Amino acid sequence: MVARKSPYPYWFVLPAAVVFTTLFLAPTIASFWFSLTRWDLFTTQFIGLENYKQFFREPFLIKGLINTVIYAVTTSAAKTVLGLLLAVLLTSGIWAQGALRTIIFFPVLVSTIGVGITFSVLMHPTRGLINVALATLGIHGPGWLTDPALALYSIVVVDVWKGVGLATVIYIAGLASISPDYYEAARIDGATRRQMFFRVTVPLSKPATVTVVTLSLIGGLRSFDLIWAMTKGGPGFSSDVLASVIYKQYQAGFYGLSTAGNVILFLLIGLIVLPLTAWFNRKEIDL
Amino acid sequence: MRMTRYGIVAASMLGLSASAAWADVTLGIMIDTNPESIASFDAVSKAYSEKHPDVTFDVEQRAGGSEGDNIVKTRLATGEMPDIFQYNSGSLFQALKPEQTIADLSDLPSAAGILDTFKKVVSASDGHVRGIPFGPAMGGGIFYNRKIYAELGLQPPKTWADFIANNQKIKAAGKVALAQTYGTTWTSQIFVLADFFNVQSEVPNFATDYTANKVKYATTPAALRGFEHVEEVAKAGFFNEDFGAATFDDGMRMVSTGEAAHYPSLTFGIGNIQQNFPDNLQDVGFFAVPGNDAAKNGLTIWMPAALYLSAKAEHLEEAKKFLDFVASKEGCELMAKAVPSGPYLIKGCELPKDVPQAVSDMLPYFETEGRAGPALEFLSPVKGPALEQIAVEVGTGIRSAKDAAALYDQDVEKQAKQLGLPNW
Repeated sequence: MVARKSPYPYWFVLPAAVVFTTLFLAPTIASFWFSLTRWDLFTTQFIGLENYKQFFREPFLIKGLINTVIYAVTTSAAKTVLGLLLAVLLTSGIWAQGALRTIIFFPVLVSTIGVGITFSVLMHPTRGLINVALATLGIHGPGWLTDPALALYSIVVVDVWKGVGLATVIYIAGLASISPDYYEAARIDGATRRQMFFRVTVPLSKPATVTVVTLSLIGGLRSFDLIWAMTKGGPGFSSDVLASVIYKQYQAGFYGLSTAGNVILFLLIGLIVLPLTAWFNRKEIDL
Repeated sequence: MRMTRYGIVAASMLGLSASAAWADVTLGIMIDTNPESIASFDAVSKAYSEKHPDVTFDVEQRAGGSEGDNIVKTRLATGEMPDIFQYNSGSLFQALKPEQTIADLSDLPSAAGILDTFKKVVSASDGHVRGIPFGPAMGGGIFYNRKIYAELGLQPPKTWADFIANNQKIKAAGKVALAQTYGTTWTSQIFVLADFFNVQSEVPNFATDYTANKVKYATTPAALRGFEHVEEVAKAGFFNEDFGAATFDDGMRMVSTGEAAHYPSLTFGIGNIQQNFPDNLQDVGFFAVPGNDAAKNGLTIWMPAALYLSAKAEHLEEAKKFLDFVASKEGCELMAKAVPSGPYLIKGCELPKDVPQAVSDMLPYFETEGRAGPALEFLSPVKGPALEQIAVEVGTGIRSAKDAAALYDQDVEKQAKQLGLPNW
């Protein structure tokens, strides 16, 4: 195999290479090194794989891992399904379509921390607007963020509300690229609207689906800010995810341990997302 | 002629800039956002600036809790710390590598006046004092609403059984017996940490053996009791309905205004009442966490935070002079007047006569021999970061007391290993 000669001289890539090396490559390599040390910011001591062993011994870690997967899969699935449905609605030529598209995208632009704080006020068990409203209907609302069985799912709902706009916009672009000829042909063949949706829209918006699933899955796996703003992983450890477990180790001053956690998170995302993208891409060729 | 004129101008400019450099020193200082810290610092810095008009302060405020730990550690490690900073004494201080990062203050003239109990918790392994007390010593215990107690004819409890009985009567009267505020997670640990005096009176060697990895919370009945207490009060349904979301401020409000009868906390909460509910200051009393035996009961004490001097401070000498003033009897009495919420640790430094009710409830513990002792974190460097979450789990009914104690035993291992303690 002969390497294709680049049309640019090497000095041309130098600025980019310097930036890439100092800001990305060097820290990545350093983090692999620090994950093998006991590091208190002032001194480092090489301890081999001890941090990794310790991290997997963390009693909250298993809970955090399971929660991470639940969080990523549920938010990703909800954003994909709702995003597609909303995109269909918002491309159907309904009244004030442009304004409605803006409104659905609006939460994406708002600061995640702001959204988290707002919703934790709204979801307060006794004084929050949600439970106050339910109480006027005679319903005793649950502790959305304080009930250990519910906390993670309450955050999932907020995450979907906040993120579905992006999925919708991607799908709107995807739908716009489907040629109207397909629908016309389907109509002539007497297809119902339902059939058109499942037989034309869904398969032909596959590229958009790949983008939405991949983006939202990666986002879900490394999700941290919303969870931290709403529950800090609590009550107890019941809404902890991998990223919040790592952050707590960092806060406690176990810098080597938290770096090991980050390496694990990096590998986990790779393990889930790479095969997924490969699978999606193969399907695309089949299509 | 022209030369001379330039010469004069240059000379006077030099003179000006030289005098400016002598005249104005801006000391950088980092303190936390607690109202008591701010009041203490205002009291001493104002007096000091009046005496030394050339010194001004550039105050930076930081968060408390583990977020604050993080800020302090990162700033020290990167050399970005202001000249002076406030931070905990005891085990958290030891985790800062004080020999390398914090300046030695043992040659400060006023250091001789610092009480030995405090010197111990701000001395690095080389035995040199590196911090001066900032604020009063605190007690860990239970605030109670005196109006509710008077109304129901209750007496402050001497034993844990009395305490439970009081709670039951309060609950039966249709009131919230015990405020819990898991929205501010650290508040969940008080029943465990502030029970330490009772632990130590039953197991005198607990702290030493704990550091040496010979005793554990889960297998020492006296130590396990703190976790069991959380479980007991949670199961009995004494808590406010929003205990999972309420915050420290809510807790202080509840016990001050009579929304709840009890609130376990550290006595620095008195500053919160002074600031937010000054009219209720005399309605709030205080007692130590009761144990099994009234005769052996006493108060678990938290040493105040300290002011430290960064080893890389820009204005080392000027900052030392300021710290010398803060640690003097005069400086201390200014703080005692501003924040009279507990005894001060400088020799001869007296509290004003008219202290809040909760403080006069607390002082007898300090004044009676053998009725007060430091919390575990001042006797042992072993402290796990997850105790607050674990205590929340017990209070929320996710985990049993026994399991929780075992989990905490596991949690402290990391800290012990990081500190390189023998036997871990």
